[in-house]
Amino acid sequence: MAQTAERVVGTEVRRKEDPELITGQARYSDDLAAPGMLWMKLVLSPFAHARITSVDVSPALQVPGVVAAFGGRDLAGEWAGPLPTAWPVTDDLKNPPMYPLATDEVRFQGEGVAVVLAESRAAAEDGAEAVVAEYDPLPVVLDMEEALKDGADLVHADLGTNASYTWTLTNGDVDAVFATAPVVVKERYVVQRQIPAAMEPRALLAEYAPAMGEYTLTTSTQIPHIVRVVLAAFVLGIPESKLRVRAPNVGGGFGSKIRVSPEESLALVLARRTGRPVKWTGDRSSDVLTTHHARDQIQEIELAADEDGRIRGYRTRLIANMGAYLLLVGPGVPLLGAFLFCGPYGGEAYHFECTGVFTNTTPTDAYRGAGRPEATYAIERAIDALARRVGRDPVEIRRMNFLPESDGPIPSPGGLTVDSGHYNGTLDKALELVGYEELRAEQRARRERGDAKQIGIGFSTYIEMCGLAPSRVLGSLKYAAGGWDAARIRVLPTGKVTAFVGVSPHGQGHATTFSQILSDDLGIPVDDIEVVHGDTALAPLGMDTYGSRSLSVGGVAVHRAADRIVEKARKIAAHELEVSEDDLEYVRGRFSVKGAPDRARTIPEVAFSAWTAHNLPEGVEPELDASAVYDPENFVYPYGAHICAVEVDTETGQVDVLRYAAVDDVGTIINPQIVDGQVAGGVIQGIAEALFEEAVYDENGDLLTSSLTNYEVPAASDVPSIRIDKTVTPSTTNELGVKGVGETGTIASPPAVINAVVDALSHLGVTEMARPATPERVWRAIQQAKGGAA
Amino acid sequence: MIPAPFEYVRAESVDHAVALLGEHGEDAKLVAGGHSLLPLMRLRLARPSVLVDVDRLDDLAYVREAGDQIEIGATTRMAEVAASEVLATHNPLVAHAAGHVGDPQVRHRGTFGGSVAHGDPASDPPTVLLALDAQMVVRGPAGERTVAARDFFKGLFETDLGPQDVLTAVRVPKLSTGTGWSYQKFHRRAIDWAIVGVAAVVERSNGSVARAAIGLTNMGLMPMRAEGVEAALAGAAAEPGALAAAAGHAPEGTSPPSDTNGSAEYRRELSKVLVRRALEEALAR
Amino acid sequence: MLVRTRVNGEWREADVWPGASLLSMLRDDLGLLGTKNACEQGECGSCSAWLDGEVVCSCLVLAAQAEGREVRTVEDLADGDRLHPVQQAFLDAGAVQCGFCTPGMVVAATDLLERDPDPSDEAVREALSGNLCRCTGYQKIVDAVRLAASRAGGGA
Repeated sequence: MAQTAERVVGTEVRRKEDPELITGQARYSDDLAAPGMLWMKLVLSPFAHARITSVDVSPALQVPGVVAAFGGRDLAGEWAGPLPTAWPVTDDLKNPPMYPLATDEVRFQGEGVAVVLAESRAAAEDGAEAVVAEYDPLPVVLDMEEALKDGADLVHADLGTNASYTWTLTNGDVDAVFATAPVVVKERYVVQRQIPAAMEPRALLAEYAPAMGEYTLTTSTQIPHIVRVVLAAFVLGIPESKLRVRAPNVGGGFGSKIRVSPEESLALVLARRTGRPVKWTGDRSSDVLTTHHARDQIQEIELAADEDGRIRGYRTRLIANMGAYLLLVGPGVPLLGAFLFCGPYGGEAYHFECTGVFTNTTPTDAYRGAGRPEATYAIERAIDALARRVGRDPVEIRRMNFLPESDGPIPSPGGLTVDSGHYNGTLDKALELVGYEELRAEQRARRERGDAKQIGIGFSTYIEMCGLAPSRVLGSLKYAAGGWDAARIRVLPTGKVTAFVGVSPHGQGHATTFSQILSDDLGIPVDDIEVVHGDTALAPLGMDTYGSRSLSVGGVAVHRAADRIVEKARKIAAHELEVSEDDLEYVRGRFSVKGAPDRARTIPEVAFSAWTAHNLPEGVEPELDASAVYDPENFVYPYGAHICAVEVDTETGQVDVLRYAAVDDVGTIINPQIVDGQVAGGVIQGIAEALFEEAVYDENGDLLTSSLTNYEVPAASDVPSIRIDKTVTPSTTNELGVKGVGETGTIASPPAVINAVVDALSHLGVTEMARPATPERVWRAIQQAKGGAA
Repeated sequence: MIPAPFEYVRAESVDHAVALLGEHGEDAKLVAGGHSLLPLMRLRLARPSVLVDVDRLDDLAYVREAGDQIEIGATTRMAEVAASEVLATHNPLVAHAAGHVGDPQVRHRGTFGGSVAHGDPASDPPTVLLALDAQMVVRGPAGERTVAARDFFKGLFETDLGPQDVLTAVRVPKLSTGTGWSYQKFHRRAIDWAIVGVAAVVERSNGSVARAAIGLTNMGLMPMRAEGVEAALAGAAAEPGALAAAAGHAPEGTSPPSDTNGSAEYRRELSKVLVRRALEEALAR
Repeated sequence: MLVRTRVNGEWREADVWPGASLLSMLRDDLGLLGTKNACEQGECGSCSAWLDGEVVCSCLVLAAQAEGREVRTVEDLADGDRLHPVQQAFLDAGAVQCGFCTPGMVVAATDLLERDPDPSDEAVREALSGNLCRCTGYQKIVDAVRLAASRAGGGA
C-alpha cells in the first residue's frame, strides 16, 4: 500500500506554475521595484566600428530628473576584469577584453559607451539622448571569409588577425577514407544569424546594502549561480558570499539569457556608488542589438561513401561568427555540434574543424540547440545530396546508414557513445503520421498537371547530445565550469516537502516535473511539494539551466536526494516499528512490515519523528532532509524523425507548411503534456529559422532587422499545427531513463523544411536553397532553374 | 523606448483641431489611433512638440451612403470599416482591404483616416482609394475642400494635407453590379505590410473588359496606378492570355524599394503575377 | 496630467506625463502588473487589454486617450480563486510555458470567444495573429481556445 493513490510520473499533471502566470500575478524582473530606485539607461554606439573620440555626459546632467551619468572611462576603475568567457576552447584562443562600457573603441552597433541614472524611466531616456558621444568611424568587418584573408581590416587591431581560434577533432584515417571512396559529396551551407527574441526583454533590479556590503541582483537570467560567481570574482572583485542573485519568473530564455551582462555589472556598481537601488529594463529596440545573436556559420561538409550510398567518412569545416567579442560560452557553441556532423549514421572516419571569427556585429552565443541545429542542418542536407548523387530515395539512404539499433550505449563516428537508439522505429512512425504515401501521390499528380502550387517532402532524422554535461568531458573541452547539479529535499514536520534545486526555469515546468518525480518517490501529493529555485541564497549550488539539462541532470539529483530521504526514513521507521530495515517494504511514501502490512509508518510520520527527535536510532541525526549532487557519466541522446511537407507557389515563391510530423524519442517521459509543448514550441521556432528569421546587417554594420516588424518572428496565423508522436527508449545514462526535449524540435526542423522546399522544386532541377527560404529566394531558384533571368 | 517630451491637447471638434494646429504651428501633429505615429515617436524618429488628439471625434466615425457614393468618416476604426454592412453591399473592396490591415489589435485602434493621412506607400487603404478614384474631404483654415486620390498622395509620407489640415472623410463610389474587384496582398507573415499589393476594380461588358483600375501598394514612393495595365485592358477580351499580357505591364513607371523583404527586381516580377491574379479574381466575381 | 479611467469596474486616477501610455499607467501607476511590455511598438500583443470593449495594444494608447473610458485587463478575468473558463482551458490544455505572452493571449482569446463562440482553428490563429509567443509554437494555445469553446457549448 502506498501513501499517494497513484503514480503521477508519466501522467499529464496540470502545471502548478500556471495559476500565477495565467492571472497575471506572476512577477518578472520588470514588475519589481524598490523604494528610492533610480532608472538606468545605456547610451549605445550607433556605429559598428569606431574610435570613441569623446563622451560628454554633462548635457545629460542638465536634464531634469537625471541624477548621474558616466562615460566608459569614468567607470573604468570599477572593474576587476573584463566580462570573461567561460569557454576558452583552445590554449591559443584570442579573447580580447570586453568591458561593460567601451572606453576607446566600439566594435559593434549597440556597444555601450555611457550610462545615465534618473528618477524616472522617461528622464533616463531623455538623459541618454542628451549625452554627446563623438566617434571616428573605422573600417567595418562583416564578411567572415573576407575577414580571414591576409590584409583584411581588423576588428581588434592589436590581435593582428580576426581569427579567434581553430579547433579540430579527428577520428579514424580520414584522408585514406576520402582518398579511396568512390563517391564524395561536397556541400556548402550557410546557417544564418538569428536573434533569439524571447518575449520578455532582459531586465534587472540591483540593490546594495552598505552596512553589510551586500549586493542583491534580481535579474531575468538562466544562470543565477554562474552570474554570481563570475560577477563577484571576475568583474566586480567583491566577495562571492556578498552577492545574492535571484531570477524571478523569467519570460523565456532559449539561451539568450545565458549572459553575464554589461547592464548587470553596471547596475551593481552604480547601486553601490549612488546608495540607491538601480532598475533597468531593456526595450525591444535596444534588446535586438545588445542581447546576443546566434548561429551564423558557414559550413563545408563532405561525405565519403560507397557507390551504394553507405557513408564511410565525414569531413566538416566551419567558420563561426563570434561577433565583436567572445561572450560567456560563445566560442564553445560550435563545439557542441562538433561531434554530430554524422547525425545518427555510421562510418569509420570523422574530421571536424572550426574557426571562430570576429566581425563588427553583435556578439553571438547560445540559442536553442546551440551548435546541434547547425550540425543537424549540415548532415541532413548533405545526406539528401548524397541520395541524389547515388540515385537513392531520402528514406532509403537514411535507413541504410543508421547506426545499429540498440537499447544500450554504442559508439558514433564523431566520438560519442550514444546511450540508446532505435532510429528506424521513429522513422516508421513518422512516415505513417505524416501520411507519406498520400503526399507522394499528390506530389506526382501536381507535377503531371503542372500546377502552379507544387508539393515537396523533406526529412530530418536526427540525434542530439544534451543533458550538459559530464564535468570531466567539459574539462577536456576546456570549459571553465562543471556540469553537475544538485538538489536538497526537506520534509517538513507536517509532511509537506520543500525541494531546493540548482536549476531554474524559464517556462519549462520544472516545479511540476520535479514534483511529479518526488511525489512518486516520497508518496507526497504533488500539491504538497514546493520547488524552490533561482535564488542563490536559497538554492544549492548548481550549474543553472541550458542544454536540456534540467531533467537529465537536475531531475536525477532530485531523485537521488529523494532516495536518500527514503534511506534515512527507513532507518527511523524500522527503529520505531522495532523491525530490521530488511523487514520493511516501501511503496510510495509508506513503509510497512512484510507480512504485517498494517504495521506501517508514512514519510510524514517519520518526518515528524525526525523533527521531535524523541526516539531516533543510534547514529541518525534529527530532521528528514537530504541532498544529492549528480555529475552525469555521459550526455543523453534524444533522437527522432521529422517529416515536413510544404506547398510552394512557383509563381511567387511563397512557401507554406502543409503538414509536419515529429516523432521523437526523449527517453522516459515524466509529463507528456509538458513534453509535447516543448516539441511544438521547438519545431515552430525551427520552422521560423527555415522560413522567416534572419538578422541582416547593411554594409555599414547597421542592423536592418531591428524590430519585430522586420525580424520576422511568426505569429499563430503563419505557422502550422504539427502532428506529434513518440517512441520511448530509456536513456542508459541515468536511472530515470530520461533524456531532454527542450531543444530537439529546433534541432530537427530546419533541415526538414529546407529539404522539403528543395524537393518541391526538384523536378525543375533545383538542388540548392538558402535559409531562410524567403519567397524571393525560392522564386530566384525557380527562375535560375528555368534558365531565366535571376 | 519613450517619446521625447511633448504637450497633449484634445480637440473637441474638427474646427477646434484646425485651430489648435494653427495655434501650435508646424511642430504639432494630429493623433487618432496612434498606430502610425506613436511607434515613430517611441523611436524618437518623430518628435512633435504638441499632439492634437482627434481620437474622440466620434462624429467622424461613420460609414454611410451619400448618393452614389459611400462616405467613411476619418475616425472610423479599421475594424468597423472591415465589418461595415454598407460597404459589404456597395463596395466590398474597401472593407476587404481594411480587414487585412495589421492584426485585430491594430484594427481596433487604427483609424481609416489616420492610415490615409499617413501616406505610407506600403499601406493598403491608400492603394484601394487610388484605384477607386476616391475623394478625400479636408477641412483647413480656409474651409473645406475635396481632393481626388490622384492629387492627394504626393510622395513618401507626403499628402496634400497642409500643417493645419484635418482629413474628415473619404468618399468612395458604390460599385455597380458587373464590377469585379480584388485586393491581392502578398506578404510573408499575416501581420506584415504588403511586399507588393494590388487593388483591381474591373468593369465588364459582354465578355470584355470595359474599364479597369489597378492600384499598386509598395511599388514606389506613394500608391500608384498601373496605367500600362489599364491601357492594355481597355476593351480587351476577359480571357487568360489577354489578362496575362496586360499584367506584364504592371511594373511600368514604378520604382519599388529594395529592402529585407524583397529586392526591387523581385517586386517588379511579383507585381505581374499579382496583377494577373487580381484580374482573374475580379473577373470571377 | 490627471487621467481618470474606469479600470476593471473601478474608477482610478493617475497623474501621468502626456507621453505615458495606457500600459505604463496600468503598470507604473495603478499597480496592475499583469499586462506586459514586450516591445512597446504594438508588434507583439503582450500588452493587450480591452478599451471600451475592444482589444487593443495598450502600449499604443496614450493614457490621456483612455480618460473617462472603460479599461479591462487580465486581472478582471479570474473571480477570486476561480479562473475564467478561458484561463482554465489554457491551464488544462498545457498552453502556458514562460507565461509572458499569456495575459495578452488570454485577453485576445477571451475576446474572440465572446464574438465567435465556435471558431475554426484558422479563425483562432487569425484572431491571435497580433499576439506573439516564442515558447509554445501556438499549438496548445489553439487547442486551449477550442477547448474553451467546446466547454461553453459552442464547439462540436
